[in-house]
Amino acid sequence: MSLKRFFRRSHWDDERARELEAHLAIEADENIARGMSPREARDAARRKLGNTTRIREDIYQMNTITIVDAAWRDLRYGARLLRLNPGFAVIAILSLALGVGANTAIFQLLDAVRLRTLPVMNPHGLMEIRIAEAPNGRTGQFSGRRPNLTNPLWERIRDRQQVFSSAMAWSGAPFNLTAGGEARYAQGLWVSGDFFATLGVPALAGRVLATTDDQRGCAAPPAVISYGFWQREFAGSPGAIGRNLMLNGHSYEIVGVTPPAFFGVEVGKAYDVAIPLCAEPLSRGERSGLDKSDVWFLAAFGRLKPGWSAERASAQLASISGPMFQETVPARYRAEDATNYRNFRLGAFDASTGVSTLRRNYESPLWLLLATTGVVLLIACANLANLMLARATAREREVAVRLAIGASRGRVVRQLLAESLLIAAIGAASGALLAQWLSRFLVDFLTSANAPIFVQLALDWRIFAFTSLLAVATCLVFGLMPALRVTGTAPGAAMKAGSRGASDSRERFGLRRALVVTQVALSLVLLVGALLFVRSLRNLMTVDAGFLQDGLLVVNLDLRKAGIPPARRTAFYDEITSRLSALPAVSAGAQAFIVPVSGSGWNNNIVVNGVRQPDNVNFNSVSGDYFRTMGTPILNGRSFSAQDTPASEKVAVVTDGFARKYFPNQNPIGQVFQIEEGPGQPRPSIHIVGVVKDTKYTDLREPFRPLAFFATSQETEPDAGLQVVLRSTAPVSTITAEVSAAVASFSPAIITQFQTMESQVRDSLLRERLMATLSGFFGGLAALIATIGLYGVMSYMVARRRNEIGIRMALGAGRGDVVRMVMREAALLLAAGVAAGLAIAVLAARTASSLLFGLHPGDPSTLAMAAVGLGAVAMLASYLPALRAARLEPTEALREE
Amino acid sequence: MLQGTLDLLILKTLALGPAHGHTIAYAIERQSEDVLAVEHGSLYPALHRIEDRGWISSFWGTSENNRRARYYRLTPEGRKQLTEQTNRWDEIVRAVNRILRPA
Repeated sequence: MSLKRFFRRSHWDDERARELEAHLAIEADENIARGMSPREARDAARRKLGNTTRIREDIYQMNTITIVDAAWRDLRYGARLLRLNPGFAVIAILSLALGVGANTAIFQLLDAVRLRTLPVMNPHGLMEIRIAEAPNGRTGQFSGRRPNLTNPLWERIRDRQQVFSSAMAWSGAPFNLTAGGEARYAQGLWVSGDFFATLGVPALAGRVLATTDDQRGCAAPPAVISYGFWQREFAGSPGAIGRNLMLNGHSYEIVGVTPPAFFGVEVGKAYDVAIPLCAEPLSRGERSGLDKSDVWFLAAFGRLKPGWSAERASAQLASISGPMFQETVPARYRAEDATNYRNFRLGAFDASTGVSTLRRNYESPLWLLLATTGVVLLIACANLANLMLARATAREREVAVRLAIGASRGRVVRQLLAESLLIAAIGAASGALLAQWLSRFLVDFLTSANAPIFVQLALDWRIFAFTSLLAVATCLVFGLMPALRVTGTAPGAAMKAGSRGASDSRERFGLRRALVVTQVALSLVLLVGALLFVRSLRNLMTVDAGFLQDGLLVVNLDLRKAGIPPARRTAFYDEITSRLSALPAVSAGAQAFIVPVSGSGWNNNIVVNGVRQPDNVNFNSVSGDYFRTMGTPILNGRSFSAQDTPASEKVAVVTDGFARKYFPNQNPIGQVFQIEEGPGQPRPSIHIVGVVKDTKYTDLREPFRPLAFFATSQETEPDAGLQVVLRSTAPVSTITAEVSAAVASFSPAIITQFQTMESQVRDSLLRERLMATLSGFFGGLAALIATIGLYGVMSYMVARRRNEIGIRMALGAGRGDVVRMVMREAALLLAAGVAAGLAIAVLAARTASSLLFGLHPGDPSTLAMAAVGLGAVAMLASYLPALRAARLEPTEALREE
Repeated sequence: MLQGTLDLLILKTLALGPAHGHTIAYAIERQSEDVLAVEHGSLYPALHRIEDRGWISSFWGTSENNRRARYYRLTPEGRKQLTEQTNRWDEIVRAVNRILRPA
């Protein structure tokens, strides 16, 4: 059998028809010659040749690849059915597209954040080097997004390790591109000389950095830029190489561009500029961490030697760790910290997928969302199965006829499946398209001005496989069940039953009931989840932070280039602060070393009455107007004032919680404590002069912790950076304009950065907002689909029971009785679904407990709200069919039989 | 008719020259002195099958009494098949005879 004939089989069939026709004609001619009448002759010829259609069919069969032919015909049949029922087709495809689209979008994000390997040479050989055993944590200063190591440690690893074929270290930090005025930041990287060589990333143009570029004390180090930055800042011009780039006030020559696919080693961030690690002092000046063994700011990667396992590498690293830590114990460490430090051991950890804060924060929410969208899809499938079941039942007689005249059950099931397959395929394809848009939306959602997120959302085989799998699975779920069901009836029974009413056994309704109960149960689970997340977010947004969040602007001033000598800074800062506070749009202003909910913090142990207190206490350093500006009430005593100077006795304002914890049942005013400084450092006594209300510190989610404020006016030599909080009701743009003008009048070299407290709070609640928004959307969607499902089943049931209802009414049942009967049926289904749903919800909510705030996972009021809400909507949806049943005219319903 | 012999008889008939289906059917009947009746219904599927194997080819021609008819003709491959299958037929007949009429 040739393929050519297969595709031209209808042409061949025509040929055969003509050939057989010719045969008949010749035979008839001969019969006439033998003396028959033309009519007789033709009939005789026909008799002799037999059934020509049968012959043609035999030959057609020989030309056919049966399976392909049948499948093609089934698909066309399915398409015809869908065209005949556009309403059904649209609902089916739309609900599938939403389900598949949501699943694919979330999976795409998970794939990008969690599953994909780094776009570097042989990513599976990359290991991260960090401290494996840190029983008591590290102390010191931490900066950057991955503060794993200090530079003294890294230099020893670099020089002594025999484990990796090469190793490198890096630290991410924003690099300011402007020389003055409002800051504009690039995502910067300090990298050790072997960074690009270890990763195996070549230059697209120019060259990448090499070991020779990273020599301690480098004065004119080069810079390598990313492809994205090259396009954005230089429009991809080859002339960019050789140009100078201002970074944090120092000029760097651009020597190369990396390939488009390389975004760095941190998933979720795209680097813009990489400069050698030796250039770190050029940016940080006196605060450089290169020679400090308690400044943690580096992360290190190594490439495994061929044949080495991760375990072997870890063991080897641990074995050479001892002397490294021994030699680098920070001088200011207390004895017990030093002992801890000496016991640290290094280890090697898989880094083939890079490292990521995004991953840490969003991996479990994303898995949870994937589960949610999976359930939505399941509900949509159950709904479709119900619809298909109704359609299949309507076609029961047709199917029975097919079975009776000899179609095999498999053949009929295949035909019915073809329609589902078509819906599933179109739904999945539309879903995949929808997903592209949805995943973009998700990334935009997670991106804030201060923390741009970069995620590569390329389509890869995993996503393709995932979506196809979804399509096949959904098709089987909603298509196979009805198909098996409808072909399972004996043809005789189906034909005999014929008219409606009698044929609907309870058993047949059973499956549809089970489907609806499942839908109700699952959607209740999602609703409970959605409510938990929405209420968590609400709790967080309305939580009493101890200060008024609205109308606060944080101004960050970088004065490193302003040339103010350290001794004059305090006075200068006071002057700026009072000038800014006096601006027309500003009602109050104060200095603050730490702004609440910004994520930064400062803490230490304190000593009360000579006893070291076990838990860390949070600190802040503020000016006198801070509490008035923030709207934090002073409960007792006073705030700081002009009388608190470096020369006067050290004072502090503490929170209520601090006072109650360390000075219970005493008047805290006048009490004294000390900060536990390292050996050799002075420990001045600090006198409490005021008590304020408890306030949140780094995060809204944490409970109130003891907090002590110190006076900025008592500092002798502050840093070259100033942070001012301003309270104002004016629009943000008005204040920023006024502030910028005022700051520029002091010095054009001051770099300013603005942030409203509102956006800071919003950014800190991103994850909660994401969960609340998406789970709310999916929960609503699920409830809607389940309600439609219940409505469909009740309508169907009423339609099939017209007869019975007619008889009941003819026998004297009132309309109210009929409504009650139908509603009782609906309530039963609903109650079963709600009961099952509540049980599942209580179990499922536990997995989300870490993402909740101020709420127990099994919160009874949330459970009740979800159940009552869903119940009310669902009962309303059942009321319509019930009403329709009650409006039946008994005579009409009976006559229809 | 014996299974498989129809193909052989068609090939043999066509060895004498091109012919259309009707002729082939009657030629076989005549040659066998009306012992073998060809069922016309199975003739055409057989022709199709043999053509599919490439042993015969077909073309449209005009019949003796001026009707358009589809003619079949033996291909070189068909001729080879005819020889081979005739030999095999002889073998089978001899073998069957040896069993039926032992010497």
